Amino acid sequence: MSIERNTDIEIRLLIEAIYLKYSYDFRDYSGASIKRRVLHAVRQFECATVSALQERVLHDPSVFMQLLQYLTIPVSEMFRDPGHFLALREEVVPHLKTWPSIKIWIAGCSTGEEVYSMAILLREEGLLERTIIYATDINPSSLEKAKQGIYSMQNMREYTENYQKAGGRRAFSDYYTAAYGNAIIDSSLRENVTFADHSLATDSVFSETQLISCRNVLIYFNKTLQDRAFGLFHDSLCHRGFLVLGSKETLDFSAYANRFDALVKPERIYRKS
Amino acid sequence: MKGTDAIVVGASAGGVSALLTVFAALPADYAIALLCVLHLPDDRHSQLAEVFSRRLQRPVQEARDKESVVPGMIYVAGPGYHLSVERDRSLSLSQEDRVHFSRPSIDILFESAADAYGDGLVGVLLTGANEDGARGLARIKEHGGTTLIQDPHEAQVAVMPEAALALHRPDHILPLNGIGQLLAKLEPRAC
Repeated sequence: MSIERNTDIEIRLLIEAIYLKYSYDFRDYSGASIKRRVLHAVRQFECATVSALQERVLHDPSVFMQLLQYLTIPVSEMFRDPGHFLALREEVVPHLKTWPSIKIWIAGCSTGEEVYSMAILLREEGLLERTIIYATDINPSSLEKAKQGIYSMQNMREYTENYQKAGGRRAFSDYYTAAYGNAIIDSSLRENVTFADHSLATDSVFSETQLISCRNVLIYFNKTLQDRAFGLFHDSLCHRGFLVLGSKETLDFSAYANRFDALVKPERIYRKS
Repeated sequence: MKGTDAIVVGASAGGVSALLTVFAALPADYAIALLCVLHLPDDRHSQLAEVFSRRLQRPVQEARDKESVVPGMIYVAGPGYHLSVERDRSLSLSQEDRVHFSRPSIDILFESAADAYGDGLVGVLLTGANEDGARGLARIKEHGGTTLIQDPHEAQVAVMPEAALALHRPDHILPLNGIGQLLAKLEPRAC
């Protein structure tokens, strides 16, 4: 029991040390998941204790960058939850078409799968040319992968299936070139994409937007941090702008529940009230 | 005797009918929260709460992120996400790697619930075909909780209960109806 208690104290100290030294703020992340990820990292770094890991992290920035890969969860896929993208196409795109120019923020874009899915959908709807997409994340290596847009060919069968279920109008293979077991995404899809480092925990709003997509990011936040993020989204969105979340994420338990209307609730598509 | 704050239940192969048997033994006014992880193919998973709710004639719901645990409610983990209990006794979902090929994982629910509830937790591991849950059940015991394992002789698939028995000695090894009767008699912890 006392070892367990020590571990909890050490994790809190590590998170505080990371914040003080590197300004990455994990203090309001969901505790159970952070604990698992820190303990997993402790084993991977072959440290005896969390404190031992903390010492290395404090004195060696490269160790922190490695630890960051454990603390963030780069699980993503293209056209994940196809019903969500179908609903975007059918229920949101008609509204987007009424705006002369569109700004979209993909918050927590990870390795870019959500970005390219959105770009493909917009191109098929004739909107990509007048759209600017801001794709943000806290993890520089994820952002670098997102910019490169290179994914394993092994995933393409699943992505193709997702794309078709999401109402895709062409052959999914039109959007990538196969090479050496990889799929290289058509670079013209990212012509209007700006990839940037941005933290929902510490940074502020940077632009007015018409649509914000933040999927499978907020589940890792506690209620306080979720509300901070919803506050940023509310401030960034234009009048009647759209907010889309992951399939298990909801505004229901948030302080912002009354400041958005559900447009397609099962697909987590909301509109600013 | 100390009261119970929550019960966590894990099962895989043969788990649907095993869970139904256990839950059917509970009185209608049962006032302790139950949290379940059942390994199922993702497409069958999604209707689990509805099926249980209909069969048991009591409220059963898929666990939602940031929801506070309500006494007497049965929560089932949905497909594709791990389910954890936070220290403030709210639920959280995550997409970390699979554990024992499973997401949701029984170990992840059990270990986080052990942290959240300590000696107020009862852990139950039923029939199943892999080793998920064994480590989590041992953790519940370490934190002062009570552990129950379905008698492997009765279990439809004995791998899961046997893996747990290899790791720690539970408080009870019982057949399903014995587990149901024991849970039915538990008293909620007075606030």
